[in-house]
Amino acid sequence: MSRRRTKKGSKWLVNSILGFICLIWIIPTAGLFVSSFRPAADILDTGWWTVFPHKGWETEELMSLPEDTDLKKPIEVMGQSYTDEQLKQGVATADGQKLEWQNRRGRIVDIQEKQWKTNAIFTLDNYKNVLGGKNYEITQSDGSVKIEKGSNLTRAFVNTLTVAIPSTIIPILIAAFAAYAFAWMKFPGRKTIFVIVVALLVVPLQVALIPVLQNFTALGLNGTYLGIWIAHTAFGLPLSTYFLYSYISQLPRDLFESAFMDGASNFTIFTKLILPLSVPSIASIGIFQFLWVWNDYLVSLVFIGSQPNVQVLSMRVAEMVGSYGNDWHLLTAASFISMIMPLIVFFALQKYFVRGLMGGSVKG
Amino acid sequence: MGTLRSRHKWLWLTFLTIVVPVMNLLIHWRIFTFLRDGNLTPVLYAVLAVIWGVVGVYTIYLSLNWVIEQYPVKWRQRIQPLIFIAPALILLGWLLLYPTVRTLIFSFMDANSVDFVGLSNYVAIFTNRLLLAALRNNLLWVVLGTFSCVSLGLIIAVLADRSSFEKLAKSIIFMPMAISMVASGVIWKFVYYYKPGDEQIGLLNAIVVAFGGEAQAWASFAQPWNNLFLIVILIWMETGFAMVLLSAGIKGIPEESLEAARMDGANEIMIFFKIMIPYLSTTILSVTTTIIVFTLKIFDIVMVMTGGQYDTDVVATQFYRQFFMYRNNGYGSTLAIVLLIAIIPVLIFNLRQIRKQGGGFS
Repeated sequence: MSRRRTKKGSKWLVNSILGFICLIWIIPTAGLFVSSFRPAADILDTGWWTVFPHKGWETEELMSLPEDTDLKKPIEVMGQSYTDEQLKQGVATADGQKLEWQNRRGRIVDIQEKQWKTNAIFTLDNYKNVLGGKNYEITQSDGSVKIEKGSNLTRAFVNTLTVAIPSTIIPILIAAFAAYAFAWMKFPGRKTIFVIVVALLVVPLQVALIPVLQNFTALGLNGTYLGIWIAHTAFGLPLSTYFLYSYISQLPRDLFESAFMDGASNFTIFTKLILPLSVPSIASIGIFQFLWVWNDYLVSLVFIGSQPNVQVLSMRVAEMVGSYGNDWHLLTAASFISMIMPLIVFFALQKYFVRGLMGGSVKG
Repeated sequence: MGTLRSRHKWLWLTFLTIVVPVMNLLIHWRIFTFLRDGNLTPVLYAVLAVIWGVVGVYTIYLSLNWVIEQYPVKWRQRIQPLIFIAPALILLGWLLLYPTVRTLIFSFMDANSVDFVGLSNYVAIFTNRLLLAALRNNLLWVVLGTFSCVSLGLIIAVLADRSSFEKLAKSIIFMPMAISMVASGVIWKFVYYYKPGDEQIGLLNAIVVAFGGEAQAWASFAQPWNNLFLIVILIWMETGFAMVLLSAGIKGIPEESLEAARMDGANEIMIFFKIMIPYLSTTILSVTTTIIVFTLKIFDIVMVMTGGQYDTDVVATQFYRQFFMYRNNGYGSTLAIVLLIAIIPVLIFNLRQIRKQGGGFS
């Protein structure tokens, strides 16, 4: 009986600690998401959390003090006396009001009271702005109107898809062929070559960038889709090959022995039997590669940096961080546009994604 | 007669062996230049490029294999594995193996890769203040980042295992894995944002102000705190990875051994240290390895958050700067090689793991 009670008690504790951690984890993203729908002026003036009902000071009335009030002496307001310094900072009264100078020279005191309020004004302007590439008028907090050139992210979105789809399919196809050969075909030096392929898993990209860049420039591949596909393919190959190898090598031999008997070639067996059988493992490594390519910044920066037509989302967002610095209405919306695709893939295919992770590193 | 026919056949095979690959090369190069130079609308371009890229690779395999199928059986069996692995090996050789060797050579040469300068680049890296700071920061990332990710991941995995909303919690913690480092950079830049004046729009400063503190420019704050604030972003992104793998490991712990320990009067903390951690040691080791490799190469977060300013450079950002801004091939290459050397122990560990698995060779 008592044991059961402690279990219940500890469950409550576990849930609340975990809930607290989850809250910390989700708040940064939530803040950016909420902000991306707020008008530009609001983002810069108030925190995103003020869209929720909160108690804030609101001006109740203004009170003019006699013109000849001496600021160096205690100042009497509503029967209490305060110093000039207190009124500059804002001072709480006994009945829950706040007094602050509205106009110190004109001797006007602002009497504020705490009231429930929300700053819940939402707009799609930020998204239109970063997607459409048109000019947008922004009314700033001081009432002046600023005209700003929108940044056309639609193009970058298409570019990113064009980079990411072949950069996911090609390496997995090539890796699957190689993994099959390593697992089921006999040729000299098989083990040694396989160990070299796995060893390349840890080669940091930086090591390869300079020589590859020089080759690409010489071949005219720099700044082209083909160039970036080749780069992503090669950099993704060791992991995909290793991962698919461990799956394909564990398929039971008798599955395709009869096909061999019937005179099917390795190529037929690979395309008609191995590929369909490997779908779960191809899916999981595919999601991994897709997310990696979609989110990549360094490879794109190096191999397509000079070509504005081919720029991908991550490059555009990073560029915006540099050039628009504090224009949060643009940055928040742009980041969310760059996150839409990976988040959809993540939530739709989470199960496969997790399986992919475990195949790669937990095995053994 | 027989010899004539077989000579004929060999001529034909030689012809195919040369023509098919060359045709492949020519056709694909032609498509490539057409796409590159043609004035297609972006969307049409994208669609064509995707189709070509995916179908093209498959047809290369298909046509080469067709050539092989024309060979006599004995030859076919010998050459076919080559068709299967050659594309992979060519790409790996060209883009990973050969560059590694060249970078190694560059690291012994001067800024323009003309003169041999011996070890002076390496000496410079371990004496130059900026380069040394990059190395030190990278070390901080690896040690602190990896340790926090793994231990936090383990704690969350244990908590999630006992909670009532395990799936939801895991999804939330894991989600940042899907967010690019650039977008994460923006997310955290907003959390750390500092605005002179009282009303803060960055969450961290708002909290600090609410507790009576003073708002700070966190990311550009003095050493070493700014680095820590950047490492927090890594922890936010990678803890989910560690958690998922460790959680799978925890599910594999046999219930009997946990029950037996509880019967013997062990409390939950003792169970955690005496049973769970030893049981999970292999998983912990491989998760740690993966995160170390990842953290050694850290680039995007620093690039987006500070651009390496305020003493937050790491090896990768300093590498980028040396190569693309200062045009110093020597320093750039040497930094990359130092990174490679740092990863070698991880490589050895990985290979040992594979050998332990028996490699699976049938």
